Amino acid sequence: MNMQTTPRLTAAESALVEAFSGQIGQLPGNGAVIGSRDRLLDDLKKSGLPTRRIESWHYTDLKTLLRSLPATAPASAIDPIAPVLEGSTVLSVLQGAATSEASIDGVEVTTYHDQLVDGSAAASLTALDKDDAIGRINGSFVRDGFALNVPANTEVAQPIELQALHASGQIHTRFPATFGAASKATIVERHQSVTEGDAFVSSISDVVLEDGAEVTWIILQQQGATDTHLGQIRIKLGTEAKLWLFVVNAGGKLVRQELRIEVEGEGAELTLRGVNLLGGGSHTDVTLVLGHNVPNTNSTEIIRNVVFDKASGVFQGMIRVAPDAQKTDAKMACNTLLLSDDADFSAKPELEIFADDVICGHGATVADIDRNHLFYLMARGVPENKARAMLVNAFVAEIVEELEDEALVEALEAIISTWLEKHA
Amino acid sequence: MNYVRKEIKMLEIKNLHARIAEDGTEIIRGLNLTVKPGEVAAIMGPNGSGKSTLSYILSGREDYEVTEGEILFNGENILELDPAERAAKGVFLAFQYPVEIPGVATMQFLKVAMNEQRKARGEAELTTPDFIRRVKEAADKLKIDQAMLRRPLNVGFSGGEKKRAEILQMALLEPNLCILDETDSGLDIDALKIVADGVNALKSPDRATIVITHYQRLLDYIVPDTVHVLYKGQIIRSGDKSLALQLEENGYADIIGEAA
Repeated sequence: MNMQTTPRLTAAESALVEAFSGQIGQLPGNGAVIGSRDRLLDDLKKSGLPTRRIESWHYTDLKTLLRSLPATAPASAIDPIAPVLEGSTVLSVLQGAATSEASIDGVEVTTYHDQLVDGSAAASLTALDKDDAIGRINGSFVRDGFALNVPANTEVAQPIELQALHASGQIHTRFPATFGAASKATIVERHQSVTEGDAFVSSISDVVLEDGAEVTWIILQQQGATDTHLGQIRIKLGTEAKLWLFVVNAGGKLVRQELRIEVEGEGAELTLRGVNLLGGGSHTDVTLVLGHNVPNTNSTEIIRNVVFDKASGVFQGMIRVAPDAQKTDAKMACNTLLLSDDADFSAKPELEIFADDVICGHGATVADIDRNHLFYLMARGVPENKARAMLVNAFVAEIVEELEDEALVEALEAIISTWLEKHA
Repeated sequence: MNYVRKEIKMLEIKNLHARIAEDGTEIIRGLNLTVKPGEVAAIMGPNGSGKSTLSYILSGREDYEVTEGEILFNGENILELDPAERAAKGVFLAFQYPVEIPGVATMQFLKVAMNEQRKARGEAELTTPDFIRRVKEAADKLKIDQAMLRRPLNVGFSGGEKKRAEILQMALLEPNLCILDETDSGLDIDALKIVADGVNALKSPDRATIVITHYQRLLDYIVPDTVHVLYKGQIIRSGDKSLALQLEENGYADIIGEAA
């Protein structure tokens, strides 16, 4: 029997299609951009939202989990907030619209809106593969953000905070950033809700480190308890480029963070650290696809998860080592503290190694608090609840403390302990 | 100096029976022991006699289940108290193997422990300068350098550093009952002297010490008032420090033979 069916759209899928047709003529972009948007939405309509039958979405069945969408964003007055790192230059994107035109010494800053209008953004409005739902959604709807261009040999003195704040609604932002050869910078990409009410957020950062660039990029996701966050960071590392990528998830109801990293220059180094603080009935998925594509590169990835209540978490870590990428050194670890019987965490490390002279390893652990540690603290007079809180904090603090910038360590530890005090 | 105040009992263990909670193996089988304020009591015994188990049960570790008997601490039965409550009442265990806890800063831990015990006793919390002064004084006495205190708790400490860190905690927390579980294991003679000096400096008429050890060596430096031989979960012989010397010369075989 050969049956041809038109797929039935779910409520969320219909809402996406309606949101798109409702915004025809309003979404910024020249002809090329509009063409890209149309293609991406068309593909999205055809494939629908991904389900568990698609391997890369197996643990996050978006079609089922995303039940509905909030109404498209009503204009809403939001004020910027203090940056995470004191002294940062703040570039605010408020309710999806870039509002400040802060100038930064030596850095070219343009709004993504302008890049859509002049068409220079068109080439990046793509899906990375046939299952790239985030690329399709964001490419169809994105309105604004900031584009950074750090010229070669420029050391950006102050951290730059890309501050995306929102109330309820649908918000789609984009942050392309190119770091020229031998440049240095610290970027905080921050997504935070400032009011109650559902928000549906997609955001993509397109990050290029040219030869010898050294960048610390922090993603801080602190959305509301009923929000959806679909994040993606697309990274290319040039020769001897060094990237510290630190991802913190401390909010949201349905979260998918995709880290798509291509190591393309010899001697490049990636240090990825992730902290996932999960509580309530939330579902959070961090998916890494890392390509070591040339010889002599190395990377380490450590993800620490703390799971309370009925939360569920996912880490998928795929490392691909290309046939001629000899002497690749890649180590991945995913450690989870499960603090409730109703919580769960799935870890799926995958190594695809086509070169024969490499060091690649991965490990995953899931555990409760170490009884020996708990007894030791209590034997010194620390009451049980406080001792537990100290140990949970220590579990994540251990990787935060690897950061060399003390102000950054303090800022992240403050965010983590505030979250833990509220949830533990 | 002998501080023992004969009229008062600080610790009274009566007919204690205890087993490993997980598999029911009985380790302590009818143990009786009394320790008075100011007393230094040594508990000696061959491997597997229940020495470390006794120290864990006194400090309230959940892995053991007391099936019979009682432990009175200053007249109060402490069996129902959790480890933190016992610590606040003044019970301190210097661990044989102090655990490394990555991510917990040593100074933060010391401050929380000191202040939580003070809170439990209804005392005011220490101010930061007062806290730092106390730690520095106690650390200097034990030849613990400041760099060690900046590391995470016990992480990367050598065996000797861990033992000194235990005695540092003991000095700062000022317990009534100090239980030293094989504190001499893994120490060279210089480290042993530093640790013993630290313990001796804490001797006072209000404080009792239980020294659990396999060997006589530590007792040359921390001189006991009483010596008790633990075997198969019972005290089978008690005496003064000459009993330790006798064990050193003849081994446990004679005494065990008499008891059997």
